[in-house]
Amino acid sequence: MSIALHAQGLSKSYQSFKALDALHLEIPTGSIYGLLGPNGAGKTTFLRMVNQIIEPDSGSLHLHGEAMTPAHARQIGYLPEERGLYKKMKVGEQALYLAQLKGMAAAEAKSKLKEWFIRWELQSWWDKKVEELSKGQAQKIQFITTVLHQPKVLIFDEPFSGFDPVNAALIRDEMLRLHQEGSTIILSTHRMESVEELCSHIALINKGVKVLDGTVQDIREANRSNQYKLVFRGDAPSTWNIPAGVTASLTQRDARSGHQSVTFQAESPMASDLMSVLATQCQPISFEEVLPSMNDIFIQNVQA
Amino acid sequence: MNPFFIVAQREFLSRVRKRTFLLMTILGPLFFGALIVAPALLNEMTENPDQRILVVDHSFLLVGTDKVGKAVLDYLNPEEFSEHQAIEALQNRDEFDGLLFLPPSENGDPDFILRNARLYSKNDVNFDIVRDLEATLAASATEEKLKLRGVDPSVVSQAQTRVDIKTLDLTEEGAEESAVGLKMAIGFGAGFFVYIFTFLYAAQIMRGVIEEKTSRIVEVIVSSVKPTQLMLGKILGIASVGLLQFLIWVLLTGAIVAGVTATGLLSPDTAELAANPAMASSPIPAEITGTLNAINLPLLVGSFLFYFLGGYLLYGALFAAVGAAVDSETDTQQFMLPLTMPLVLTFVLATNIIESPNGAIAFWLSILPFSSPIAMMIRLPFGVTWPEILLSMSLLALGFLFTTWLAGRIYRIGILSYGKKVTYRDLWKWIKMKP
Repeated sequence: MSIALHAQGLSKSYQSFKALDALHLEIPTGSIYGLLGPNGAGKTTFLRMVNQIIEPDSGSLHLHGEAMTPAHARQIGYLPEERGLYKKMKVGEQALYLAQLKGMAAAEAKSKLKEWFIRWELQSWWDKKVEELSKGQAQKIQFITTVLHQPKVLIFDEPFSGFDPVNAALIRDEMLRLHQEGSTIILSTHRMESVEELCSHIALINKGVKVLDGTVQDIREANRSNQYKLVFRGDAPSTWNIPAGVTASLTQRDARSGHQSVTFQAESPMASDLMSVLATQCQPISFEEVLPSMNDIFIQNVQA
Repeated sequence: MNPFFIVAQREFLSRVRKRTFLLMTILGPLFFGALIVAPALLNEMTENPDQRILVVDHSFLLVGTDKVGKAVLDYLNPEEFSEHQAIEALQNRDEFDGLLFLPPSENGDPDFILRNARLYSKNDVNFDIVRDLEATLAASATEEKLKLRGVDPSVVSQAQTRVDIKTLDLTEEGAEESAVGLKMAIGFGAGFFVYIFTFLYAAQIMRGVIEEKTSRIVEVIVSSVKPTQLMLGKILGIASVGLLQFLIWVLLTGAIVAGVTATGLLSPDTAELAANPAMASSPIPAEITGTLNAINLPLLVGSFLFYFLGGYLLYGALFAAVGAAVDSETDTQQFMLPLTMPLVLTFVLATNIIESPNGAIAFWLSILPFSSPIAMMIRLPFGVTWPEILLSMSLLALGFLFTTWLAGRIYRIGILSYGKKVTYRDLWKWIKMKP
């Protein structure tokens, strides 16, 4: 597994406040990497370091194996959380300006921009002033200018804020397409459903420290809480005959199917034992281990 | 292309293409042209018509004088008109504007007469007329007094001598004719322009920075451009706008003044006065052409450009820092005062500098970089030695390098700080902070 972005021992303090404390991250090439954490955890500080906007007090950053210098910032596409455009400037000119700042030649930038504008049917916006656009429309332009120079690493900080569901889906599909074309994507967001839907890897940061990281699957596995869910037909027995230490929740009936379900909380993994015991006491439809959602893992780890 | 130039280019084009730029660029010279031409023009148009003054002259001081300046005098017989009756006559007759009453005196003492002279006015007798009447009365009183003492007035008038001393500047090249009035005008004008321009364009930098902060585009940009590059690009771009505008203004103002003079709207005398307002009070305007040569024009123009740019860079960087430190223009107040103080103070002291261009105040203000752009421009027409000019220029250059460095430290942190109201302590922390 090659590493697109490697952070080693990144630290940053503002007076007495430690924004980042020896952060170590390995972001694999071609991954969609979720960067999670509560407000003020240090995510934005980290992203600004990657973009060479601020310097770490100590530690290092490597992009595809090379120690990062300001010149590397051009190989990155960064959509910051606090983002905007010049209100009085025309959309086309502005997109061209931002593309040129990223090192693109004017002609190349223009033809690429035209492609995007045609694909998203925005041609009529080219000569409009930004202040005439809605917030969602301006966000689309920002997305385009972020990815236009085809950087290998893309960083999106809360990319879906300000989008309606239709446009959020458009942005999501575009991110997946870029991912398939080989881009490494770093996604910082509070929306856990997007994390579960999109991310292959995550890191959870809290108070400047990495709390956990790994693939989404591994993390959910590692955070299993020995909960099992049984769905069955017909009536439940008056009492469940279950091993000691296992507790059953109240039975719930699904209003539409009429099936009932019950959740068992065990002290240790015992899926097969529990399943064989329960199978004799009802007419089972399904039996599954309940893996914690990213939301649960987030809350658990942040509160701990 | 270097991102610094891309930023500068955007700053330049986005301003030059604005309608307000076009408007200011055209209206500016009209305004300045008007400022120069209007007083002279007004002076010519508001010539007062002659006023008619009734005179009751008991002591025959004015006898035989029909006209004094713009006042036409109509005499009433003192035998027939008492003071009271004369006033009545003035009130009943519309064509008269005033009444001058010169009382009788038993021994013909002119001092007594003039102490008790009265001017009754109906239609606000013009101030000039009052002055002229006073001068005429004083002259004839003097004549009377001389006669009373047996002196022939013609002897006195022959003995009077008029003196106009030519002032000469002693320089290394020898004596040069000086023209204090013209120098004052040029020095004050140049200082004034530097003052206005510095404020005008430095404030534009500040507004630009605030705009980038409030529109939240700044983080997008600093992910491709270093904050200092962004700041310097902005400063350079706006400086180019200022220079372009200044160039157009100079050309257009010159064209307007030349045009007005050529169409004969102004008589040549007034036009000459208009071109050099300070000379209006000088008794010999014809000497202007000669004394223009006494002033080193290339040095003046070169210095103007240097001090305009230097002052702009020095203050522009600091204004950029203020813009970066605040969230909106209304928050700028607390930081603006110490920035504008030296400028305003220097401008206030301008008269002091003009009065003694080589005095201690003038010297120090023109050496210290925070005041030198204005102060040196005021002093220059009076002649400043090269070592002083070079010292002042180098200090200004060092000054703007320093403020740019300082502003850069504040700027890079400030542009990414939102929400919190910033204090001077915070600024100091930012200056010391690593990026």
